[in-house]
Amino acid sequence: MSFTLLAEQTLNGLQFGVMLFLMAAGLTLVFGVMGLINLAHGSLYMVGAFAAAAVAGATGSFLLGLVASLVCAAFAGVLIEVLVIRRLYERDHLEQVLATFALILIFSEGTRWVFGSFPLFLDTPAWLGGTVTLPFGIVYPVYRLAIILVGLAVALGLFWMIARTRIGIRIRAGENDREMIAALGVNISLLYTFVFALGAALAGFAGAMIGAIQSVQVGMGEPVLILAFVVIVIGGIGSIKGAFVGALLVGLTETLGRFLLPEFFKLLMEPSAAISVGASLASMSIYLLMAAVLLFRPRGLFGSA
Amino acid sequence: MKIQPDAAQFPLAFKTVVLAGFKAAKPEVLLNAALMLALLAVPLWAWFADEPFLITLTTRAVIFAIAGVGLNFALGFGGLVSLGHAAFFGLGGYVMGVLAYHAQTYTALLDWPFVIEGSRSMLVIWLVAILLSALLALGIGALSLRTSGVYFIMITLAFAQMLYYFAISWPAYGGEDGLSIYVRNSFPGLNTMAPIQFFAICFVLLILVLLLVKFLARSAFGLALGAARQNEERVQAVGQMPYRLYLIAFMISGSITGLAGALFADLNRFVSPTMFSWQTSGEIMVFVILGGVGRVFGPVAGAALFILLEHSLGGLSDYWHVYLGAILLGVVLFARGGLYGMLTGREAAHD
Amino acid sequence: MKMRSLLLAAGFVAVAAGAQAEGVKVGMITTLSGGGAGLGIDVRDGFMLAVAQSGRSDIEVVIEDDQRKPDVAVQLADKMIQSEKVDVLTGIIWSNLAMAVVPGVVAQGKFYLSPNAGPSQLAGKGCNKNYFNVAWQNDNLHEAAGAYANGAGHGKTFILAPNYPAGTDALTGFKRFYKGDLAGEIYTKLGQTDYAGEIAQIRASGADSVFFFLPGGMGISFLKQYAGSGLGLPVVGPAFSFDQGILQAVGEAALGVKNTSQWNKDIDNATNAAFVASFQAEYGRLPSLYASQGFDTANLLISAMGKADVADADAFRAALEAADFASTRGDFAFASNHHPIQNIYVREVIKEGDVFTNKIIGLALENHADVYAADCKM
Repeated sequence: MSFTLLAEQTLNGLQFGVMLFLMAAGLTLVFGVMGLINLAHGSLYMVGAFAAAAVAGATGSFLLGLVASLVCAAFAGVLIEVLVIRRLYERDHLEQVLATFALILIFSEGTRWVFGSFPLFLDTPAWLGGTVTLPFGIVYPVYRLAIILVGLAVALGLFWMIARTRIGIRIRAGENDREMIAALGVNISLLYTFVFALGAALAGFAGAMIGAIQSVQVGMGEPVLILAFVVIVIGGIGSIKGAFVGALLVGLTETLGRFLLPEFFKLLMEPSAAISVGASLASMSIYLLMAAVLLFRPRGLFGSA
Repeated sequence: MKIQPDAAQFPLAFKTVVLAGFKAAKPEVLLNAALMLALLAVPLWAWFADEPFLITLTTRAVIFAIAGVGLNFALGFGGLVSLGHAAFFGLGGYVMGVLAYHAQTYTALLDWPFVIEGSRSMLVIWLVAILLSALLALGIGALSLRTSGVYFIMITLAFAQMLYYFAISWPAYGGEDGLSIYVRNSFPGLNTMAPIQFFAICFVLLILVLLLVKFLARSAFGLALGAARQNEERVQAVGQMPYRLYLIAFMISGSITGLAGALFADLNRFVSPTMFSWQTSGEIMVFVILGGVGRVFGPVAGAALFILLEHSLGGLSDYWHVYLGAILLGVVLFARGGLYGMLTGREAAHD
Repeated sequence: MKMRSLLLAAGFVAVAAGAQAEGVKVGMITTLSGGGAGLGIDVRDGFMLAVAQSGRSDIEVVIEDDQRKPDVAVQLADKMIQSEKVDVLTGIIWSNLAMAVVPGVVAQGKFYLSPNAGPSQLAGKGCNKNYFNVAWQNDNLHEAAGAYANGAGHGKTFILAPNYPAGTDALTGFKRFYKGDLAGEIYTKLGQTDYAGEIAQIRASGADSVFFFLPGGMGISFLKQYAGSGLGLPVVGPAFSFDQGILQAVGEAALGVKNTSQWNKDIDNATNAAFVASFQAEYGRLPSLYASQGFDTANLLISAMGKADVADADAFRAALEAADFASTRGDFAFASNHHPIQNIYVREVIKEGDVFTNKIIGLALENHADVYAADCKM
């Protein structure tokens, strides 16, 4: 195992983590501000990917596809917020879970209805194709590097928005005391719709970015959703900072675990058994990480008590 | 393959006992009775009409109902919203699969430090499934109950998912292929391969589980649990530790769902990691909510309705999940309290 | 659970009136909803095309959707046998579903014709006289890939597959024929969508080629990311990641990749030419591997119906064993374990106009049968 390989795997973990952050940020915002658990967040990820694939396919422009993913996911977000989610804020978590579970069924089969049963095509644009050679001789795909940079930029933008802008102040106020901001004359229903649409747009954007290097298909959102849950449980629900740290931790654990665990077991047993045991354990590694964090900090790393 | 009629009446005797237990004819009690009678009447009719598949379908509903009753105990009475009950359902299934597999191949489950043999007896399998599920619930609960609310939902989901991936990648028991058992396990005095007899077993177990939950809900433990759900501080002041209360409730809940898992695997003569999937957790929760949270018989109504919907909507279109989703959404938004809430009035009787 | 469509070809009245000898009632359990629906739809369409073309009025097909869930598939099999009273079952796509359903079905004396899955257990010790596989034994295409790698001069190949039984079988099958060294061997997570880590390991291993088995969406993800990595080593895989349904989603990334298959649309025989043309005319898309398997399965059944009555199980079984039908693959025969003996070809992904498709570039294994037949005692 060389240093280069380890460094490349760390970059991969970082890239995976940054993408998870885009998913987790929306979930944690929606929970932090509205107290809503949204299982259908993965469906918005899928909507973004399908919108990007359809528009990029029709126009030939990846950038237009990205724009479409933001617009469509935000629109889908507004639509379900106004029609369904709005009625759930005052309900308990149980009813939120069931209603958003129902939304998954509708979105998944509805998407198949519209786009058919086969995966869609979405490719990275030519100007982001190819590889670059980084220091220490690491050959890395440009597109993945772009994902890391774009993801970090979005994270910075979010931090800035929440810390510095008027809407951010309202969001923070909403997390702390809902009655108060209503009393201050803020249109709370509009604020909620905005936050939900923002979360949806982030998820859709992540879906489009990732869709270009993966398979755009029905059901693509749910595995990511469950990972995003793990992320925000580790980071602390409602905390954007926690979501960021949690996403990087999960991304790195998942990638490095898959790579290092089989290597580790090769020291202990014969290779074929080591590969199998290592792969089995690697598939559980992030859940073990979550359990370990919970042992010491039941509210996550950055959760409020 | 017909059986003696008296074997089929054996659940009827139980039915009478249950009915006798209800003194006041409240609408909820009437509904409970109607529901159980319908669940019994359908397979009996199917048996006479020689429609074995209908019996199998009702058995499926009864087993799902047991799983739902298990979740309902944690969810409806303890307020613990677990989105990971597939963990117990799957574990129960694998207990049946692994024990029967070893018995079928005449290999020992464990040679060292002591020998553990497989088993083809349902009674042994149920016992092991219940105990191991309780143990798993102890582990998951001990960690997840350190948190509450939405954390609890996500953590239980994540643990079930962990077991799902483990089951897929662990090659010893079939991995994703799962395990096939060619004939159902045995129960003294019955031919479990006859659909009506296996139905009878499941139906009796459902009644026993319902009685247990009713009893527990009215016991000192159940009252303390209900109080804890409504007001944690107050119970702490009285000296009961809610954490321990919750943990015990979670273990009871998990073991009931584990039992259902073992029955489900026996119904299909097959077990696979799908039983651990998050969709399974979601479906068990759907049974509870469709029927009515916190009603002892709620999950029975929910499971029956779910099977009915699945069976009838499937014929409408390839995309029937859309309709199912729309109906579920309608229930949450407009029919709070599920079927029981609609039919017997809003106030959930947490008894 | 129940997408039900009943096809009574042409002569409904004749069947209803019982005017002729009992026909055959077929139960098809296949995946028509959810992520894997494309494969089931192809098998169904291929099968129904052959039934329609036969012009026979005595085949009734009941189709149900298993949602890719084993427990649902088992329920449906019970329903097909107990209330529909079918004579023959078919349709299952996935090995794990087949393992759940097939042993029970054949134990009840029904025939099962597999149009896709061929798990090794059912080819060896678990074989059954009433079970016929019309597609392939699971190892076959991987073995052919190993044979091809030898011929192509690959001496240090890197192999990967998901960590589940079919994945283990795939790598075992490949290694059974491959003679060179292995640069590395990885089991990935089932349903994994990001392969950056694996691609980095391939790069670091000094491999000269890659063999992978990643069906469906996993293969799409891997190929796109592999193409983006600029690694450029030759890639070999079984046909499952390169079938007509998903090639369009992979796009340029798949161009030039070699894959092994027992069928392609350019196999030169009259049956195949007619099949490709009529499938395209009927459904408006090119047929896939799976569609050809569904088509062949139906034609096998129809050939047996011409020779024997399904009520006479022994005669009907003998008629099936004869495999006296015109396959889209050309020569086709059953080995002693009721699995195919057939040629397996190497295909290359090409672009025809705007459509990505495959073209045969050579023969990987001739008249190939599986290795499990020796374990099969019927």
